Amino acid sequence: MALDQSFVGRTYPPTAPYEVGREKIREFAEAVGETNPVYTDPEAAKEFGYPDVIAPPTFVFSITFRAAGQVVQDPQLGLDYSRVVHGDQKFAYARPVRAGDRLTVTSTIEAIKSLAGNDILDIRGEVHDESGELVVTAWTKLVARAAEEA
Amino acid sequence: MTAKIAYDEVEVGTELPARSFPVTRATLVRYAGASGDFNPIHWNEKFAKEVGLPDVIAHGMFTMAEAIRVVTDWTGDPGAVVEYGVRFTRPVVVPNDDQGALIEVSGKVAAKLDDHTVRVDLTATSAGQKVLGMSRAVVRLA
Repeated sequence: MALDQSFVGRTYPPTAPYEVGREKIREFAEAVGETNPVYTDPEAAKEFGYPDVIAPPTFVFSITFRAAGQVVQDPQLGLDYSRVVHGDQKFAYARPVRAGDRLTVTSTIEAIKSLAGNDILDIRGEVHDESGELVVTAWTKLVARAAEEA
Repeated sequence: MTAKIAYDEVEVGTELPARSFPVTRATLVRYAGASGDFNPIHWNEKFAKEVGLPDVIAHGMFTMAEAIRVVTDWTGDPGAVVEYGVRFTRPVVVPNDDQGALIEVSGKVAAKLDDHTVRVDLTATSAGQKVLGMSRAVVRLA
């Protein structure tokens, strides 16, 4: 079932702030095997010119993907999440995410395509800090594979 | 900005030090917890096979996180990454043994851009097959 094209351009309300914690960054950095002290040691981060530890580049996906849940689970859109795979992912950074950030995400449906029975959904998540400054933009392409013929 | 690589010393074709990243089932469980992505295809073999996968597969975002380390270890400052994008072309299959899988990543400078930035094209393979496509980062150098 093709998704409704009229959802293209729809923007969902900003999420409640996600507060980025030092220990969450440490946990993530260790889970991906990172050893750079800029992720774990505030003094090392200051030597790089950052006010606190920064997060690895892909850390923010956990926040933007949770926000994309508004789109994915929108009953009016009707995406079959059990068939969804992650197609593409891209980030553009205005600055690195850092401990102490309180981040909100605004998700927009950029495109809906249907290709060989697959539904392809492009979602843009704009991540802003507490002062309203853009920190990072995340583009996520989700592909809902065609349902198998019964 | 304290990137340790100077823009003027880099040319198109400059190769970044390649890296290999091991990934076992334990790695995936840990990443699931840290990232909040508990999709059972990343830890439950029975479930993975039921949905048509050969075995448990790594989170695509885990592979993406590893691949950029070739760039951030090169520059020294992860905050110097301006853009980063990938296409998930094939899954990294992670068998239930002590070895797990290996993600091998190489990168080279593909273009010199404005404002001391360069585009790095990354290649990520596992078991001899490309697992990422269109894997590109723009990074600001000193």
